[in-house]
Amino acid sequence: MAESMIELTHDTLDPEKITAQVRRDSNGAVVTFLGNTRNNFEGKQVLRLEYEAYEEMALKKLGEVRDELRAQFGLEDIAIAHRIGTVPIGETSLVVAVASPHRKDAFEACQAAVDRIKEIVPIWKKEVFEDSSRWVACEDHEFDSHQHNPPGEAAESAHTHQL
Amino acid sequence: MVVRFFALYRERAGANTHQLELPEGATVADLTSEMRRLFPRLAPPEVDIVVAVNTDYAEPDTVLKNGDDICLIPPVSGG
Repeated sequence: MAESMIELTHDTLDPEKITAQVRRDSNGAVVTFLGNTRNNFEGKQVLRLEYEAYEEMALKKLGEVRDELRAQFGLEDIAIAHRIGTVPIGETSLVVAVASPHRKDAFEACQAAVDRIKEIVPIWKKEVFEDSSRWVACEDHEFDSHQHNPPGEAAESAHTHQL
Repeated sequence: MVVRFFALYRERAGANTHQLELPEGATVADLTSEMRRLFPRLAPPEVDIVVAVNTDYAEPDTVLKNGDDICLIPPVSGG
């Protein structure tokens, strides 16, 4: 099986090209998910997103996601591409393409892949607003306390402590 | 040993890396305690600081060795 279907890139993603990697005549279903950059957060206009990755580990974890999905759903054909660096609003930051003989597995595996990517792959996105920025950390609202402040004006106090 | 920071932790630490000495047999938990002491604003106390050693998530009792690739991993948000 091809091992070339995992990609991190600073370039624009081409969903057609990535999807083509999983097409084959024995697959009756192809599901491709596109994660696109959204223009707002809690009513504030987002100007762009900036993605950072621990690249070596991110590639390894994306490969693990692919391998988990292959084992869980008994399918072979999964392609994942994640864009890093600055991504303008409305562009695609993530493409996950899954193909299987029948549609149910393809839908389920694609959703499972996206969920897992968001859980274990060391990639971070920052929403940049007109006057500030914020690292998105969906699991952990404690981190919000500093994030609406412009750089250099982060709150001093709340979390200072000695162990 | 050298510890690398990413994203939120890099900004809060104000550095890409930090070099430190830990005693022989030091664990990931020892490392995170020391990092909290050195960088009190890195993460609130109720948040566990996740550590990757040699590109895998490490448990608190993992023993660190010289030459390990050690990274502090803030909550991930890919996609």
